[in-house]
Amino acid sequence: MPGARAGSGFEIVSREDFSDVTYLLQVHHPLMAKAARPGQFVIVMSHEYGERIPLTIADFDRNEGTITLVVQAVGKTTREMQQSSKAGTSLYSLAGPLGVPSRIGQAKKAVCVGGGLGVAPIFPQARAFKESGAYVIGIVGFRTKDLVFWEAKFRACCDEFIICTDDGSVGIKGLVTEGIRRTIEKHPDIDEVVAIGPPIMMKACAETTRPHKIRTVVSLNPVMVDGTGMCGGCRVKVGGQVRFACVDGPDFDGHQVDFDDLMTRQRRFTKEEKAALERWSESCRMKNPAAPDSPPSPSPAPFSNNSSNGLPELPDPFEEVEGG
Amino acid sequence: MAKKKTIRTIPQERTPMREQGPGERVRNFGEVACGYRLEEALREADRCLLCPDPACVEGCPVSINIPGFIRKISEKDFRGAYDVISAANFLPAICGRVCPQESQCEGVCPVGETLEPVAIGRLERWVGDLAITEGWANIPYIESNGFRIGIVGSGPAGMACAADMAKAGCEVTVYEAFHQPGGVLRYGIPDFRLPNEVIDAEVERLRRLGVKFECNTVVGRLFTIEQMVDEMGYSAVFIGTGAGYPKLMGIPGDSLNGVLSANELLTRCNLMHAREFPAYDTPLPIGRRIAVIGAGNTAMDAMRVCLRLGAEKVHCLYRRTKAECPARAEEIHHAEQEGIEFHWLANPVEVLDDGKGNVRGMRCIRNELGAPDGSGRRSPVPVTGSEFEFATDMVVFAIGTNANPVIGQTSKLRLDKRGYLEVDATLATSMAGVFAGGDIVTGAATVIEAMGAGRRAARAMKAYLGIRDADVADFTTPAGSAAKLFGIDLRERNFARIRIA
Repeated sequence: MPGARAGSGFEIVSREDFSDVTYLLQVHHPLMAKAARPGQFVIVMSHEYGERIPLTIADFDRNEGTITLVVQAVGKTTREMQQSSKAGTSLYSLAGPLGVPSRIGQAKKAVCVGGGLGVAPIFPQARAFKESGAYVIGIVGFRTKDLVFWEAKFRACCDEFIICTDDGSVGIKGLVTEGIRRTIEKHPDIDEVVAIGPPIMMKACAETTRPHKIRTVVSLNPVMVDGTGMCGGCRVKVGGQVRFACVDGPDFDGHQVDFDDLMTRQRRFTKEEKAALERWSESCRMKNPAAPDSPPSPSPAPFSNNSSNGLPELPDPFEEVEGG
Repeated sequence: MAKKKTIRTIPQERTPMREQGPGERVRNFGEVACGYRLEEALREADRCLLCPDPACVEGCPVSINIPGFIRKISEKDFRGAYDVISAANFLPAICGRVCPQESQCEGVCPVGETLEPVAIGRLERWVGDLAITEGWANIPYIESNGFRIGIVGSGPAGMACAADMAKAGCEVTVYEAFHQPGGVLRYGIPDFRLPNEVIDAEVERLRRLGVKFECNTVVGRLFTIEQMVDEMGYSAVFIGTGAGYPKLMGIPGDSLNGVLSANELLTRCNLMHAREFPAYDTPLPIGRRIAVIGAGNTAMDAMRVCLRLGAEKVHCLYRRTKAECPARAEEIHHAEQEGIEFHWLANPVEVLDDGKGNVRGMRCIRNELGAPDGSGRRSPVPVTGSEFEFATDMVVFAIGTNANPVIGQTSKLRLDKRGYLEVDATLATSMAGVFAGGDIVTGAATVIEAMGAGRRAARAMKAYLGIRDADVADFTTPAGSAAKLFGIDLRERNFARIRIA
């Protein structure tokens, strides 16, 4: 094995499950904890045969020397990690922090919006705004009450905190855009909105703020390979120009981003993603015919309740817009 | 030595190298060119006239003593041949495969004036491969000098620089952003041209010299160049990060699904093993009728990779003609053999959408050749009214790269207008103790040019640190003795301090 760190890897020191699809990994990497800034991301390979996936850094602790990743199990790699990445195990590769750090400017009043997989990465931004002395309004969206996480963490750094749920089981019933609308009504002096989540949710946020001409920053997370500007797979159209999310971003002006183009490009590998997931689910079944305890607790494995054709439901990450 | 060889007495025909047949090889990733056997190598070595004033050495960017190692082959002192090569080039198995010899050593070989030139590259490869199978590695006795050298990028420039600095006694650490070392050798050049095992062997040899490789390290982001010379305590730093920011054409439709850069295609296939999907997780859906834009070595690699991944037909569109195309002669030849169809003087102006965000074809335009441009080649001029449609379901751009912005974004190093690092004649950057070479300075070039730059930077770093060894003395005139007096570098005759910092 030629990998320089092969065998050692990057140790996962703790793990927490927020729901049956969302889990948190705290990874030991003192140098990265020191270097990380809000808005940056990492590229992770869970094992030698794995693919390189971009994950936003949800938090970093310079004293403990750890970075925190919050992962949503949507495809083969993230579901496999859900099973295999436990405290004490290691990630094969972890490169970062990547991307240009978010510009935490002179905003006096900032709104931080997180939907779905964007809830965790919006947290360091909210905290950074707070530390810079801004009045921070946090808005997060979930499908339902049971999926809510980090409420206390957000409340600690937000002057106002709004939860939106699709079913109204907690907070506002509706999408995060509803939360933004109400916030704009209440606060005419918002300097900046930062929105992180699935493309369709960020698009909706940008459209909500556009008539009010509020600076709106979105964090894009397209398919990447290297994350260092080398492959161009993550190119996005911003203001009619081609930019690479990995080195020119990931933050861009939400009013300039061509979201339709982004969403089309995110479907590049739909067929292969589905095939990989099916094959993997099949191999899991073969390994554990009974499979009562193989999925990590507390989450029931997504494939154990599969549909009649014997295949798992593949959630389309862009339709599944919790809180979007 | 026996009777003096002349152009009449040497074997007239260049010894051919056995190759996998085109029909067979397009179905596998095994090496196309199989390398010489012993008797073939001896026969080819016999074709060298052993010129006393060899032009080939001048033609070699790292000045390998070419007649010297060929003589050793003829004398059946193969270990000796390896010793001669490895004095100048630590990576013969790689260079023998990927150097554009026809425009370097072989291009100036006097035998080539009447016959075909001596197959220097093939002989170098033969020696390099033998060294790998025999486990030879010239690990000199190294006395540590206490200097610590940081190298950014584990590609050919970084590896060459690392070898020289380690041999000089420095403690060398090479940082690599990917999870495996090798840089472009690993992600860019496909297995059928340069097998991964060869890279592994050469990396291993560097490790035995004491070079440390740190993967998963994105310098600039994890720590900066300034931090390396400052708090991390590196005595000198070499930056060899490569060009790597692929160019796109900026034409309508170039963000459609099915349009990708050659860099992405090759990285997915080579580094990430997409060809073994789903055993490896990285996918690379391949079209049936593929158009590759560009005709450099990267384009040739991309096309031949597509064939091996199962494309039915692969087309190459180039805006100039075959005469201007920058690829290595052997690569074009191999591509033609494998059934790649070339369309010279054609360029896309739009990629067409199938209505679902996928490629269904391109609108192209025909060119004619006009006046020579800055590169000295005749420039392509579009012919009005010559537009035509070209059916394709996958478009790969292999039209070059721009400077990678990461180092520029994260350091105060001075950049030139195009975003590449600015260096002086000794490859020193605007920051004391920081040197740079390879594609991040010159823009996209070749493996051996990057290695040459790595070695030149190593010489400059040694001079900067005040390390005296044979290489430093050679600094100004690589071949000659004019700069030396009794083995002492002329620049060292005074009492001026060599080490500035």
